[in-house]
Amino acid sequence: MHHTGILLSILPNIIFTLIFLAGISLFMINVRKIIRNIKLGKDLNRNDNPAERWKLMVRVALGQSKMMVRPIPGILHLFVYVGFVIINIEIVEIILDGILGTHRLFAPFLGGFYDFLIASFEILAFLVLVGVVAFYIRRNVIYIKRFRQDDLKGFPKNDANIILITEVLLMGAFLTMNAADQVLVAKSAAHYGDYGAYPISGLITGWFEGWSVESLVIYERFAWWFHIIGILAFMNYLPYSKHLHIAMAFPNVWYSKLKPKGELPNMEAVTREVKLMLDPSAPMEEAAGPVKFGAKDIQDLSWKNLMDAYSCTECGRCTSECPANITGKLLSPRAIMMKTRDRMEEVGKNIDANKGTFMDDGKSLLHSYITPEELWACTTCNACVEACPVNIDPVDIIVNLRQQLVMEESAPPASLAGMFTNMENNGAPWQFSPSDRANWREE
Amino acid sequence: MELKVKTVAEYINAGDTPEILFWVGCAGSFDDRAKKVTKAVAKILQAAEVKFAILGQEESCTGDPAKRAGNEFLFQMQAMQNIMVLNGYEIKKIVTACPHCFNTLKNEYPSLGGNYEVIHHSQLIEQLLKEGRLQVEGGQFKGKKITFHDPCYLGRANNVYEAPRDVLSKLDAELVEMKRCRTKGLCCGAGGAQMFKEAEQGSKEVNVERSEEALSVKPDFIAVGCPFCNTMMTDGVKLAEKEDQVKVLDIAELIAQAADL
Repeated sequence: MHHTGILLSILPNIIFTLIFLAGISLFMINVRKIIRNIKLGKDLNRNDNPAERWKLMVRVALGQSKMMVRPIPGILHLFVYVGFVIINIEIVEIILDGILGTHRLFAPFLGGFYDFLIASFEILAFLVLVGVVAFYIRRNVIYIKRFRQDDLKGFPKNDANIILITEVLLMGAFLTMNAADQVLVAKSAAHYGDYGAYPISGLITGWFEGWSVESLVIYERFAWWFHIIGILAFMNYLPYSKHLHIAMAFPNVWYSKLKPKGELPNMEAVTREVKLMLDPSAPMEEAAGPVKFGAKDIQDLSWKNLMDAYSCTECGRCTSECPANITGKLLSPRAIMMKTRDRMEEVGKNIDANKGTFMDDGKSLLHSYITPEELWACTTCNACVEACPVNIDPVDIIVNLRQQLVMEESAPPASLAGMFTNMENNGAPWQFSPSDRANWREE
Repeated sequence: MELKVKTVAEYINAGDTPEILFWVGCAGSFDDRAKKVTKAVAKILQAAEVKFAILGQEESCTGDPAKRAGNEFLFQMQAMQNIMVLNGYEIKKIVTACPHCFNTLKNEYPSLGGNYEVIHHSQLIEQLLKEGRLQVEGGQFKGKKITFHDPCYLGRANNVYEAPRDVLSKLDAELVEMKRCRTKGLCCGAGGAQMFKEAEQGSKEVNVERSEEALSVKPDFIAVGCPFCNTMMTDGVKLAEKEDQVKVLDIAELIAQAADL
């Protein structure tokens, strides 16, 4: 009998520990898939200048510098971001309480500082609620073009709202748990010690005043379980969601292009061939494997292009500054990133289903997902790159796909084919004779 | 002012070397509107007694529109030919009035063996004014409004925002900014080889959107720093039937006018 009693009393701890381990394991499996998918991309060295990269990450990712270009969403996002990061310190205590069967484990050790921490968490939780409710209104009530555009139809719109509603529920559970806790302390219920300071939940204890101790304990425990299981579930939702940016933003900014935005990388494979054409006696440098020019599918893009796609949270600042999109063309830099991620995940599932190797599915990023019409609308003005709060570079993907269209498929728009011919024949994009180049001097 | 522009070859034949190469670019060489800007730049350099030369017939397209249109072969063919000529003449410093040439020469030639100090004409003019080698009188622009349209390949692409504004500030005019300026400047619609093709289907032309924005600040002059922007903005202003009230001029033309060249 005695043993059964102990077992019953530690049963919640065992259940919690199992749920916690399952949540972490499932998440790790998906994280490994994400890393595997990013590594489907081609090599690219972005490990140079680590000092500059750390500074950039601190400023742009940690410091949110590019978010503040638009102050209203910038500040609201700061509430949610700071709240999210700092309230997660509380998660450590919640997890340890769950495993050990304790209640507010850290409180006796931290004394007055514990009060300060809990009070801070409560204020932050409230600010998160303010931010998230404002975001929900911005997305669903006010008309903000970038949240209403066609590229968000279907899952992306729902995804955004699922994230916002989940955050409201999690913060709600956290604050009402604390409110019920205080009423229990006031009723001197066993197991509930008088710890912490509650500037926000202290205002709503009235909601629980008439409740019996039993009901309060049930609610407090329910909110506790809901909060922690909710967090584990939310974590496992990230790999399927645009919300993955909360983790990806940091490495993605670290691996930013440090060169001027206008500089497109040199294609070494082409350099080899052009050198041979200009000087047939030049020593032949063997290329490693068959050479493909440009990108048709995600495996032809660089790993950084693919990391960019996972880092995109579909905010649409890029699209709202894109001259092509503003003037009604089909191109949306946000859609370029979303389609790249969709295709990457499709290829990943294909690999999972075929024991680790990709089986041709007759599809590709170019044509099946991104059309030439979108690509040819780009002016390479870099407004999208400038606007992106996490330094995503859609222009690089667009130029890579254009290279495939031109160099592999010989399918440039007719007018550009004419421009190429002029350049080859006259050394100018127009049909003028090179011998007339300096005529302006005499005119 | 009578123009006396020599080629690098002419300099070398005379046993001399120029201090800077003026890269004219295809638009500056062949486009009637852009040729006026080329002349204005040449006049400024001549007035400031800069020892400059052009490549003349030995200059060829940098390959910028080919690269951005995805034709890396053509780009590299152009680049390598140009680099052979530039390196053959041991060119160290280049100035150009075209931000596309500027970007390509400065950023994309080094990995193909072409290493030069490349500056945009707004940067050189800024320097000449600062050193007192060039003097302008703002008188004729007093009380006029000028708005500057940032070229993407000068601004965002290479972070040059202040040099053109600094130069324009010498005109004694009122500089008014469009809402979308500097890092948020809206493209004229010509970049990425768009200049050489029909626009994709949409609800509006990019240059119309931008010209309307420029006209909305009620300027007397729209200042540009790129031959393609010049064409796009000029067309946009014409379409709005405002060409009599609002002039689209390159920075070099405004400065040459103010310096009475």
